[in-house]
Amino acid sequence: MKTKQEIIPLDFEKPLIALSKQISELEEKTLKNGDSKIVGDLKNQYEKVKGQIYKNLSPIERIKIARHPQRPYPLDYIQAISQTWYELHGDRTGKDDGAIVGGLIEIDGQTVMVIGTQKGRDIKENQKRNFGMPSPEGYRKALRFFYHAEKFNFPIVTFIDTPGAYPGLEAEAHNQSHAIAMNLRELAGLTVPVIAVVTGEGGSGGALALSVANRVLMLENSVYSVISAEGCAAILWRTKDKASEAASALKITAQDLYELGVIDEIIPEVEGGAHYDHKQACENVLNSIKNHLRELKELSPEELKTDRQEKFRRMGAFSSI
Amino acid sequence: MGLKDFFKNRQLKKAAKLAANGNGHDLKVEPPVCDDQLCILWTKCQGCNELLYTSELKKNYSVCKHCEYHHRLTAQERIDLLADYGSFLEIDENILPGDPLNFKDLKPYTVRLKDAQKTSNSKEAIITGIGTINNQPLAIGAMEFQYIGGSMGSVVGEKIVRLTERAIEKRMPLVLVSSSGGARMHEGILSLMQMAKTASTLKKLHEEKLLYISLLTEPTFGGVTASFAMLGDILIAEPQARIGFAGRRVIEETIKQKLPKDFQTAEYLLENGQIDLVIPRQNLKNIISELIRLHFKSTKLKDEVMPFSQIPLFARI
Repeated sequence: MKTKQEIIPLDFEKPLIALSKQISELEEKTLKNGDSKIVGDLKNQYEKVKGQIYKNLSPIERIKIARHPQRPYPLDYIQAISQTWYELHGDRTGKDDGAIVGGLIEIDGQTVMVIGTQKGRDIKENQKRNFGMPSPEGYRKALRFFYHAEKFNFPIVTFIDTPGAYPGLEAEAHNQSHAIAMNLRELAGLTVPVIAVVTGEGGSGGALALSVANRVLMLENSVYSVISAEGCAAILWRTKDKASEAASALKITAQDLYELGVIDEIIPEVEGGAHYDHKQACENVLNSIKNHLRELKELSPEELKTDRQEKFRRMGAFSSI
Repeated sequence: MGLKDFFKNRQLKKAAKLAANGNGHDLKVEPPVCDDQLCILWTKCQGCNELLYTSELKKNYSVCKHCEYHHRLTAQERIDLLADYGSFLEIDENILPGDPLNFKDLKPYTVRLKDAQKTSNSKEAIITGIGTINNQPLAIGAMEFQYIGGSMGSVVGEKIVRLTERAIEKRMPLVLVSSSGGARMHEGILSLMQMAKTASTLKKLHEEKLLYISLLTEPTFGGVTASFAMLGDILIAEPQARIGFAGRRVIEETIKQKLPKDFQTAEYLLENGQIDLVIPRQNLKNIISELIRLHFKSTKLKDEVMPFSQIPLFARI
């Protein structure tokens, strides 16, 4: 992505924008007068406000960062972490869903099958990508890639950034539920290492269909949830305006999920979010993937499968008398 | 319930009410003949609005005799319908829900749970156990829609997994009857994980080459359809049952157009190649048991000397 492009600020970043504007105006003036004390003070204040805003991000603010249109998308990561990249296409039964991308890359000399959900950057691309909402054909395309990886013993890395599986007429007619369910079941049975990285939005079943993995990693400002905050608010609070409350109640941030034992690692982002520094984000993601691949290499095929099944077998909170 | 009972019940309830208000202390208070849910004399059919005599409706498996509308069954009624009389032994009935997120919307989740237990008369949204169907053993689970919309939380996931593991251990066929609005939001991400949890255990069952029949009933949606409910070797639905991934309203909002009337009905799914059979309720037991018979001809039950139906109840689990 072009670094020259200006970053679109989010609502809660507005105070910062105002401050930095003030600073640059004053700087111009003080250049003439030679008094730089006020500028220094303002700069200190700027740093203070910045720290306060970014350290105490609320869940709804993290959702906004996770959905930021300039955030790196799976294809950005894929192309940054490997020189080799051969994209593969199609579910072999009639469609190539643009919301799911996949193909072969190399990490440390090892061939890796990579699969991701992909959002578009503009209207035209979004026609093809359907805003990152896969159709059943997309999940069947992913399933084809899982089987391919299993056959040739390639580790699988998935990148997840989707609002969810597409809720449409055709999607229902082509059995969205079955496509997702099959991926859940088949991922559980693979004997190769599977690593899932939630990079932006982890939207419910549509995200889970690529995330039944030995290791589930999340970027610091990504979210992963059973339902969108807006959807939950509409059902339980009966108004979409309560999305902020719903976001907090649902526990959807990387930190929350780590504490619940659902994910294995939080990958750090630069202050403000990954969209401020694509290069750093890709580097952090690559390093983390490399570490986990190295660890999983120690396990035998059968152990990899059991490890994955046991991991999900343990999930849940209940009491028994 | 007959008319006589109905009037007797009304008198008893009146007396009980008076006693509760402190006015009828000299009245001898007997409990009503049955609770409110059962003592309704007439039921209005949800399909054709015809008034039906409740006891006759119940005798007809809660199917309307005029329009064949299949009214929702409770989990217990479902078990009674499919398992042989007296053969069902419930397992894991004491797995109870927690509140891992301290979830609170307009009401705290813990209060919702208590209310749900009261209204549905069930500890959670599923009953699981072992029984026989026309003298063949089976592991069976039925969901309770009355309990927070039959939503799948940690307990539902755990009970399905344990039942599946039991089916593997005893080499029995598995039958799951779903009726659910989807994953239970109040348990957040942990409810989503139940989809992966149930599907990954079903992978084991699949590899063990055991039969799993999934029965989809009105309504089955969301995370339940998109996990265990769609993974059956054979998928059966009841007539008119609505089954799908996303709800009708969500789809209409997304695509900005009205959906056809029969969209997401069992018949629509059958036409679109998504399920194997649509079977009226009165035939369900026999057809499921026949399907089990056809699949289990060559398999021998583990460590079994006497026919399952002759093993004493307590020794079956």
